[in-house]
Amino acid sequence: MDPSPIREITILPGRSRSGEPERFDAISIRPGDTISIVGPTGSGKSALINDIEVFARNDTATGRTVLVNGEYPPEEFVRDPAHKPVALITQNTRCLADLTVAEFLAMHVRSRRMEDDGIVGRTIDLANEFTGEEIRPGARMTALSGGQTRSLLVADAVLVAAAPVLLLDEVENAGIFKERVIEVLRAGGKAVVFVTHDPLVSLLSARRIVMRDGAVERVIEPLDRENDALREALRLDGILRLMRERIRAGDLITGPVGA
Amino acid sequence: MRLAVVAGPPSAGKTAVVRQTVRSLRDRHRIAYLKIDVVRAFEDEELAAEFSIPTRKVCSGDLCPDHAGVMVMRDAIAWAEEEGADLLLIESAGLCLRCSPYTTQGLGVVVLSAVSGTNTPLKMAAMLALADIAVVTRIDLVSQAEKEVFRERIREVNPGLDIVETNAVQGTGMRYLLRAIEDYPEITDPDAIVLRGAPPLGVCTVCIGKTEIGWQHHFGVVRRLEGADYLFRGD
Repeated sequence: MDPSPIREITILPGRSRSGEPERFDAISIRPGDTISIVGPTGSGKSALINDIEVFARNDTATGRTVLVNGEYPPEEFVRDPAHKPVALITQNTRCLADLTVAEFLAMHVRSRRMEDDGIVGRTIDLANEFTGEEIRPGARMTALSGGQTRSLLVADAVLVAAAPVLLLDEVENAGIFKERVIEVLRAGGKAVVFVTHDPLVSLLSARRIVMRDGAVERVIEPLDRENDALREALRLDGILRLMRERIRAGDLITGPVGA
Repeated sequence: MRLAVVAGPPSAGKTAVVRQTVRSLRDRHRIAYLKIDVVRAFEDEELAAEFSIPTRKVCSGDLCPDHAGVMVMRDAIAWAEEEGADLLLIESAGLCLRCSPYTTQGLGVVVLSAVSGTNTPLKMAAMLALADIAVVTRIDLVSQAEKEVFRERIREVNPGLDIVETNAVQGTGMRYLLRAIEDYPEITDPDAIVLRGAPPLGVCTVCIGKTEIGWQHHFGVVRRLEGADYLFRGD
């Protein structure tokens, strides 16, 4: 595999649902970036990452155009999965492939013409870092829980698809360890775009794209102005996580929990 | 005039693909549309109302739809030419998936849904083997890894098949199908058009009304359960 270096993905404006032109010049995504896309349900968040995923060329409902390194991407970036620099993890938490986990990953590895015997095992190991419910190689893909499926597909995107840009649609919904996911993606130098309703995921991102009526309304770069809010979100998230664990374990919570 | 034949299993998204094709190409081409279905079909009326293009439909009834398609296709080309069309889109309900309705002098488009199961490409091998381009719909519902695994399954059947992944409702990815349609050579001699492969079309004793079960009551292709795992294989 030889992923040509992706220096930059550029989103050029399209139109809102009511036909108004979007009010930004260009949005750039570079390696190591963390971006969250926020806004009410139906505001066009998923449509924006879908535009990135298909490298829209004014041929989607939004009229946006997406460039790679300042140019229209070569056709194999769009059409040949082995050269495609982005991987999308959808909101869908069901995998429909009628295969076991190991068969599914092996088939994906084979489709990539990769020669790496250990990669199936390593992908399952990484997926198990993202979920509390252990994924076994012999489990059927269709029988995995939402959290297991999402964990496995994220791990696959990191190790097998090895895409430099990851698009994650509401990663928090499936009950996976979102901080660990973000940590692994950051450590790997990936550019990550989250569609999210989660305050912590939003605050952990360096930039925030706010959507409304199908259009990008503004792009916020908080720098360090939200540090207090982030600390608070981390503290609250810690409390909620401990409560969740204790409730799952069947405890009665009668006193203060955690920090 | 150019010809494109669109086929695939029920609910794969054939009509959504046709609708996006007509929407994108109608400014540059005069398009005629023929729908071949079995019992009922509405797409001809819908497309005529939406895009004001000439449309026809054939319901094959008791006949296999691919058989019906073969019967009427030459007439359909003459009709489309009379209508002044420079592109004829034929959409066929692929039903039992043994057959492949694709012909010479026309682009063969197979439509299949990304959520239809990993083994689906293997089950419709006849259609995939003789098509020029596979359009994989509902791609928005699956993740990158699933897309690639599905693509690998298609390539197992036909390594050379061009694959277009689309959310046909939104129209994403359709540009490659449009290009394939527009780049395909025009019909040079409609009387010389033949099916690309001989399908196992046939009118059998069940088709003509013999309802008894069991091989003892039938003639033609007759098999016992013992050793019958592959009942009949077309050429």
